[in-house]
Amino acid sequence: MLWPLFFLVTAIHAELCQPADAENAFKVRLSIKTALGDKAYAWDTNEEYLFKAMVAFSMRKVPNRETTEISHVLLCNVTQRVSFWFVVTDPSKKYTLPAMEVQSAIRMSRNRINNAFFLNDQTLEFLKIPSTLAPPSDPAVPIWIIVFGVIFCIVIVAITVLILSGIRQHRRNNDGPSEVEDAEDKCETTITVENGIPCDPLDTKDGCLNDAFVTEGERLTPL
Amino acid sequence: MEKTRPLWANPLQFVFACISYSVGLGNVWRFPYLCQMYGGGVASVVVSFFLSMYYNVINAWGFWYLFHSFQDPLPWSVCPLNSNHTGYDEECEKATSTQYFWYRKTLNISPSIQENGGVQWEPALCLILAWLMVYLCILRGTESTGKVVYFTALLPYCVLIIYLVRGLTLHGATNGLAYMFTPKLEQLANPRAWINAATQIFFSLGLGFGSLIAFASYNEPSNNCQRHAIIVSLINSFTSIFASIVTFSIYGFKATFNYENCLRKVILLLTNSFDLEDGFLTASNLEQVKTYLASTYPSKYSEVFPQIKNCSLESELNTAVQGTGLAFIVYTEAIKNMEVSQLWSVLYFFMLLMLGIGSMLGNTAAILTPLTDSKVISSHLPKEAISGLLCLISCAVGLVFTMDSGNYWFDIFNDYAATLSLLLIVLVETIAICYVYGLRRFESDLQSMTGRSLNWYWKVMWAGVSPLLIVSLFIFYLSDYFLMGTLQYQAWDASQGQLVTKDYPTYVLVFIGLLVASSTMCIPLVALGTFVMRHQRGDTAPLA
Repeated sequence: MLWPLFFLVTAIHAELCQPADAENAFKVRLSIKTALGDKAYAWDTNEEYLFKAMVAFSMRKVPNRETTEISHVLLCNVTQRVSFWFVVTDPSKKYTLPAMEVQSAIRMSRNRINNAFFLNDQTLEFLKIPSTLAPPSDPAVPIWIIVFGVIFCIVIVAITVLILSGIRQHRRNNDGPSEVEDAEDKCETTITVENGIPCDPLDTKDGCLNDAFVTEGERLTPL
Repeated sequence: MEKTRPLWANPLQFVFACISYSVGLGNVWRFPYLCQMYGGGVASVVVSFFLSMYYNVINAWGFWYLFHSFQDPLPWSVCPLNSNHTGYDEECEKATSTQYFWYRKTLNISPSIQENGGVQWEPALCLILAWLMVYLCILRGTESTGKVVYFTALLPYCVLIIYLVRGLTLHGATNGLAYMFTPKLEQLANPRAWINAATQIFFSLGLGFGSLIAFASYNEPSNNCQRHAIIVSLINSFTSIFASIVTFSIYGFKATFNYENCLRKVILLLTNSFDLEDGFLTASNLEQVKTYLASTYPSKYSEVFPQIKNCSLESELNTAVQGTGLAFIVYTEAIKNMEVSQLWSVLYFFMLLMLGIGSMLGNTAAILTPLTDSKVISSHLPKEAISGLLCLISCAVGLVFTMDSGNYWFDIFNDYAATLSLLLIVLVETIAICYVYGLRRFESDLQSMTGRSLNWYWKVMWAGVSPLLIVSLFIFYLSDYFLMGTLQYQAWDASQGQLVTKDYPTYVLVFIGLLVASSTMCIPLVALGTFVMRHQRGDTAPLA
């Protein structure tokens, strides 16, 4: 006697969960082998039960839908892919909940659903439900400016040091030769003293420039 | 008292300077490109000046990428999101993320050469830093340059070796190497192959720029220049081949990666359309399954068919890019797929910078040496001020290349500033030394300086073979220019996400003409001027 009732219930269920035609139905696609490789689990009725539970859980977070039960979530057309369609019905099981509600509920709990199956947005796809992409983290000061600033300062400091030491050396060189170009007798550098007798100053390395001959030389021997 | 001319501290410094100068970016990007396609006094300074103006922009880009390599993830590996965070930026979707980063974030390129835009402050800062670096190195003349070139010559080799080891162990590297070593025999018959090879050697060794002359002028006269010439040439060629091996293993890795990605997309498409079991379709049974599906579900298959791309490893390997494209797009794309990509990126751009700065040192030496040698200028200003002024002027002109259309102007300089003029300069140099000055006199000079007599090989080469080769190259280039008609360039189209060919407007063509003319006309003009001056003076002294 209960059989006709049973058939009626399943018939209603079948009508509610219809792929493609029903506007409140969503197709789900899982790529378990791609995501997990060797550790992939088989998709069986227990996994389907878990899925129904996760969907019911997400619906419960929506205000006004806190009484959603697992039996309100219907799955149909499970293929080998693995892919299937699902709908969420209201407590009276007469009609399906509007797509917008289901969509916003799933979007909010997307992360929890993914984690329950060890999958991510690409391997557990809800077609028609776009995923929110995580915005890239933007630090307050871009990192490249920091590195740039460091290297810039180092280079400026090095240039200043080199220029200053160059100027100092130039000044020292200018003071040196200007003494030599004065009168000949001022061209003594260090007089080495050996046994109390001063050595010949002309033995020093640079020697003395005799100005009397310099200009003459230039006129007679052009390069 | 005369100040002695500064000398290299030891001959090794001279060799390293030449190596550092000649082993430049050209080895890393131009030679591998050419391998793939087919199984170069006042004029020199002008060419060097043009070169230094635009070459340092490459270093600026190198700095830019180097600074951006310190982020996780690398900024050119991910596309930025669009305004409402539902997907990626449109231009980035159409092109690849590396191309987007290069054309939009680095260059901010305009759609054509006429639209100038403003100077971008970020590349401008990097350019200023690049010039400061160069100034730091040439500040003290050979004293500082000599020490810097140890670094700039040896470090790129270290990095190349590290990259060689990494490159050869990458998945798919063998594909690239096999591709490199299989000669395309029909291309060997193409004269263009030989022309490009010759140009590459000219550019690579930096002949005609005066840099080698400048470096050599700081040598002791007794320096064994024959041996050094052979050493530098051999090392340069060896480096090009070495760099090619590294480049091609990375090419192979990138091509294999893209090919496998393409296959994966096709597999996903088929799996989803026909609801096949996940993991059933693999690369090996793809073809069989495709034929099976075509026969069993013909209507559905014909719907899906237009979206199925034909993935081919050959076509991935064939996408040749040269010049800035290779260094900044292809390499970065390969690097972003490696593990610890930040490290590889930093290493790579550091090497690029070393190479670039080494070459810049040569260029600036070519300009500075005649300037500091001339009594007129060096009596008024100290050498630091001359170098500083040169860097300042070049930097100011180089800011042009940081504008929105800067890359197009850069390509103009890259293609036209040096090619024709170089050939002419080298030709004139060879003829001047062999025929005007006299080969015998030159030979006796060498003998008195080095104590070694000239091998007959050099004499034959300098007097006969080289001028012939250069003249034929020259003729080929000219005929090529005239046959091509109006010149065209590649412009980046943001809406399509790819390069399109456009014609140069007239004022740009005029500018190109002026550019080529100014460097080539210098030689006859100066010769004419000198001749006229001597004629007026009535001096019979021989030409120095």
